Amino acid sequence: MAKFTLPKNSKVGVGRTYKAPADARRVKRFKVYRYDPDSGENPRLDSYDVDLDQCGPMVLDALIKIKNEVDTGLTFRRSCREGVCGSCSMNIDGTNTLACLKAIADVPGEVDIYPLPHLPVVKDLVGDLTHIYAQYRSIEPWLQTETPPPDRERLQSEAERSKLEGLWECILCFCCTTSCPSYWWQGERYLGPAVLLQAARWLKDSRDEKTGERLDQLEDPFKLYRCHTIMNCTNTCPKGLNPAKAIGEIKQMLVERR
Amino acid sequence: MAETPLRTPLSRARGLGSAKEGVQHWWGQRVSALALVPLGLWFCASLVGLAGAGRGALVAWLHGPAAAILTILTIAAVFYHGVLGVQVVIEDYAPSEGTKVACIIAARLLALLLAVAGIYAVLKLALGK
Repeated sequence: MAKFTLPKNSKVGVGRTYKAPADARRVKRFKVYRYDPDSGENPRLDSYDVDLDQCGPMVLDALIKIKNEVDTGLTFRRSCREGVCGSCSMNIDGTNTLACLKAIADVPGEVDIYPLPHLPVVKDLVGDLTHIYAQYRSIEPWLQTETPPPDRERLQSEAERSKLEGLWECILCFCCTTSCPSYWWQGERYLGPAVLLQAARWLKDSRDEKTGERLDQLEDPFKLYRCHTIMNCTNTCPKGLNPAKAIGEIKQMLVERR
Repeated sequence: MAETPLRTPLSRARGLGSAKEGVQHWWGQRVSALALVPLGLWFCASLVGLAGAGRGALVAWLHGPAAAILTILTIAAVFYHGVLGVQVVIEDYAPSEGTKVACIIAARLLALLLAVAGIYAVLKLALGK
């Protein structure tokens, strides 16, 4: 249900400022959201001045430098540092993206860094994805068949395989889901763009034998039809995918089988 | 459903399961929108043509079967399309399940009332002396 008042601890205060070394020549300021729910204190924005001559090109490089050299308490997820694992998704300069793919040079002025919107914050830039993961589990994202397994690979023509293009590349960073206003209001029931794109990935797999059952599970005013084609998902996807189109294709399949 | 920390995330995500409906609503909204493109253009053009012509000219216009039938279809499509859209807005923003159900019933009854009243008015003018 929609909520029009902010929950407590929503007001973000001004935090500490960490100056760059005196000899730094190319300084960029990073303003980072800091919040520790266990402390009972409100969130704050800490400012870190980073010497770009001593730092890698991406926002993730700056965050790692800050954590290593300035403030070890700063908490964020990261792993592959090359846009494959989906761990370092966060809101940078007002857009959900991967810190490892966002070049510092692409942000004019100060770099504002917040956690993904509308998730309960575990600490600093780490959001709680438990419910989204459970929603992903609920669409049963694995191949399902009744025909006994063959002795070799399950075959698929090139044309059948090409239908999975634009779907298999999703790395589950959830930039799209957390950018969707419909998901903000109705996330309890609406599956959101990432999970629906994955649902489309299994619906379109020629090897899967549960297409009808999958569509049955999705045909619901809230699970699927809360998508109002706002398109934030497609605009924000750091992998350049189009979840809105995938959702449209699910709606089309439901019309086709009537 | 009440939230407790003991409930598993999967139970919460599955909730009450799928309602197995929504495609009729979605398709009905698209088809009525398509129907309203020619009907709306025709209706607006007709009203512009009748502007300032007085009641007599309007009644004479509605006495033609095409005008009366298309006007009734326009009214039906407008309220059908409208109430489907209003339902989505209510589902998005109603703060509780009770408010949601009450508002949807009220919106449907109001749309039905206005549509029937509009069609009755057309028939009265079209079939009257």
